Amino acid sequence: MSTSDYDPACLPDLLPLYYRRLFPFSQYYRWLSYGGVSKNYFQNREFSFTLKDDIYVRYQSFTTQNELEKEMQKMVPYKIDIGAVYSHRPSQHNAVKSGTFQALEKELVFDIDMTDYDDVRRCCSAADICSKCWTLMTIAIRILDRALREDFGFHHLLWVYSGRRGVHCWVCDDAARKLSVAARSAVAEYLSLVKGGEETVRKVVLSDPIHPFINHSLSVVERYFQQYAIVDQDILGSKEIKFHNSLSVSYDLHFSCVSVKSNSKKGGQYFDKEIMLQYCYPRLDVNVSKGVNHLLKSPFSVHPKTGRISVPIDLKELDTFDPFEVPTISLICEELEKPRAEEAEEDDMKDKENEQEAGERRRIRDYKRTSLAKYVKVFDRFLEAMARSRKGEMLKKSGEIEKDSVFHIHLILAFTLQMD
Amino acid sequence: MQFPGRRKKVIGSSQNDLYDHCLQFYGQPPLENISLTEFETFAVERLKLLKSVENIGVSYVKNSEQYVKKLDAEFSSLNFPLRTELGDRRVQGGTSEYEKRRKDHISHFILRLAYCQTEDLRRWFIQQEMDLFRYRFGELTSKHKTDFLHKNNLKYETVSAEEKKSLKDKLITSSYGLSGITVEEYDFYKVPFQDALDLVRTRKVYLLAGNAYIPHHEIVTIVLNDFRTRLSKALAMTARSLPAVQSDERLQPLLSHLSHAYVGQDYSIQKNMGKISLEQIDALSGKSFPLCMRHLHKALRENHHLRHGGRMQYGLFLKGIGLTLDQALQFWRSEFVKGKVDADKFDKAYAYSVRHMFGKEGKRTDYTPYSCMKVILSNPPSQGDYHGCPFRHSDPELLKQKLQNYKVSPSGINQLLPMLAEILELVKGMHYQLACQKYFELTHNVEDAGFSLNHPNQYFTESQKLLGGGLEIKKEVDMSQRSQENPANMTRPSQANSKQAHEEMGDLDSFFQDE
Repeated sequence: MSTSDYDPACLPDLLPLYYRRLFPFSQYYRWLSYGGVSKNYFQNREFSFTLKDDIYVRYQSFTTQNELEKEMQKMVPYKIDIGAVYSHRPSQHNAVKSGTFQALEKELVFDIDMTDYDDVRRCCSAADICSKCWTLMTIAIRILDRALREDFGFHHLLWVYSGRRGVHCWVCDDAARKLSVAARSAVAEYLSLVKGGEETVRKVVLSDPIHPFINHSLSVVERYFQQYAIVDQDILGSKEIKFHNSLSVSYDLHFSCVSVKSNSKKGGQYFDKEIMLQYCYPRLDVNVSKGVNHLLKSPFSVHPKTGRISVPIDLKELDTFDPFEVPTISLICEELEKPRAEEAEEDDMKDKENEQEAGERRRIRDYKRTSLAKYVKVFDRFLEAMARSRKGEMLKKSGEIEKDSVFHIHLILAFTLQMD
Repeated sequence: MQFPGRRKKVIGSSQNDLYDHCLQFYGQPPLENISLTEFETFAVERLKLLKSVENIGVSYVKNSEQYVKKLDAEFSSLNFPLRTELGDRRVQGGTSEYEKRRKDHISHFILRLAYCQTEDLRRWFIQQEMDLFRYRFGELTSKHKTDFLHKNNLKYETVSAEEKKSLKDKLITSSYGLSGITVEEYDFYKVPFQDALDLVRTRKVYLLAGNAYIPHHEIVTIVLNDFRTRLSKALAMTARSLPAVQSDERLQPLLSHLSHAYVGQDYSIQKNMGKISLEQIDALSGKSFPLCMRHLHKALRENHHLRHGGRMQYGLFLKGIGLTLDQALQFWRSEFVKGKVDADKFDKAYAYSVRHMFGKEGKRTDYTPYSCMKVILSNPPSQGDYHGCPFRHSDPELLKQKLQNYKVSPSGINQLLPMLAEILELVKGMHYQLACQKYFELTHNVEDAGFSLNHPNQYFTESQKLLGGGLEIKKEVDMSQRSQENPANMTRPSQANSKQAHEEMGDLDSFFQDE
């Protein structure tokens, strides 16, 4: 039902409809303006578009939400990437003195791609995914989300389904957007445990002491390991397991843990943990997270090969998230064509008065009638939280908090007096 | 000139204060007159010191016993301050501690002038100064460390006893060598994680809500971070005021000579462009490529594809051995087309990146081929990658197999096995470049490679020389030719001076003939 027979050949017809009536421009603009605290933040943001026939254009920038809408409706991009906020308007970067045009800020981002797990998943390979290996994404999100919030103190994380075989994370806190290249790479390395390419068999090496971060991550992995690795992936049933020659691995169902016997005298007191991590721990591409000017696929853009919209993921429903239920552009366009209720026609009359507002209102009504609605809601909640937090910051600065605390103390006194 | 022991109210007293700790942050530039001779001598000696820091750092594990011993020796022979007290009497016939510290101070600032001009120079200078600082700070006693922190206003917030207690288990497991007792006794510092990146990167500290909890003995890493940031900013500022300094004809030749002296060859100028044909590459890969490039070439031929990291490392290497842009495009296209990429897609997606490597797109920077240091230290390979340094990034077992399979030695098994053992020993000791040199000796059947390896293209050049391959390779880079061709060099108007100065200071070169 959800795929609704998506055919890439229909994109040229579906995309204009999507950008005219469904793409959530006002929320998108609200996001990237970050409350208008920094001047020209939206205006100096780089976008890149991939147009029909693989034509790639960089350094796109827009001055208002309206301009963004008009341009996207005109150019009808197949893919949209978001880049950094620069020192000048990206569309005018050639006019700027060489050396002074610089990337200043950008969200801290992470890209988890299923292909990076090909050596440890047996059900699929390359661009394919299925419900058996999707658990890897669930594990990755849980581990990284916890670490970014608890260890690094970030609050505003947007997790997005990439549309085909992975997930992205956008860390949008002020502090995150201002991070240097060195800091981004340090965060990414802190979060990396699986190291090595084709030539490395033992990709996770643990030694004393085991850092609290690793322990936290292990407890997440352990929750999913039996179902995912033993049952779904059947790693013990496969002769392809490339462990060290001297190891014999089995799974203890009673204690729900991996049991490893080693013939070699070498260390390896943590072989069992290492194996679990090698099979399940998130593999992220440090290079994506490092660069301040790195361009990453935009939320709500369409994946040309699958037709799926890059939608925000609601972490409260993470265990039931199914990438195959994510709406495709053909589905939501189809849902749009369904007959409208009477109330909708009344509103239409009112709309004729003010065209722009009308357009927006209509668009809001439109996406609400489609499967896209619930994902826009997730995005709305995310934006609300950021707005509240910004307000809190402003209040703190203007000293209002002091008044609040005084009020608070009065309350306590009143309460205790009552208790007496 | 101020003399020790005399406390004047003006510059005198502040200078004494300036030198009352053997280590400094170089916050204040020296404010005195010195002779040109002293200027030159100080600069050259510090440069020798920094070069030693670099070489010793490659040959020995940093901060190990041998490393420290070797650096101590260099320090003494070059007359730089050790960790003694200022009040020491002048050693008979030698320099006083005060004078050593003064030299330390002045020479640092002179080298800033020479090394602020380009990104590469700055990076090298900062790296060596940091290693130097780390070594010197590590040698201080605990009391001197605290003194240093106080003198430089590095007030890091200490963690309260209650907080330490509540986090005790976490703190113990997050750093090596801590126990319940030490956590209670030692000071811990709470620092925003952005100020402790080296510790965060290697997961050597406990992180909570964006703060790193740092045990007292790790404070050097934080201090180093601070040092790096300050020095980086200072160099940027120095670069802006450089034109004023360069207009002084006495200084300019010395400064440009100093900055060229370190660089050696970076293979940014292709002297042999077009002398290699594409058909030769397969053969050359077996004979003259270092293992990393041989590995990349093989992967490319087998998979008809390489990921970005591999394309950069290998593509720039090929540029360095003399491939022209057209040859490179042909080379990559013919290989990729055999795989999943059609000619059209190649032209759209990959050709751009090849042209970019040759400086024909974007910023138009002519990228230089990666040195061994860069390959070893940055961008480690992950699943599906073939770049990196095999001596650093491969499992020793697999490395051994691969070397055996490559039939490295033309003269039989007897020589092969002991050489392999030596190579693996070097890898274990983290001497990757020395291991690669051994590989060179093995494949070329020579006792001694005859050079100190630090660049894959150097490996190629040396190999071709040995095999007598018809490419004309000049041993020394002609200085004035470099000034002409290197766009980042700001000394163009005074080339004549540079040549003359070069003759006058011919001696300088001999200081750096360590190859």
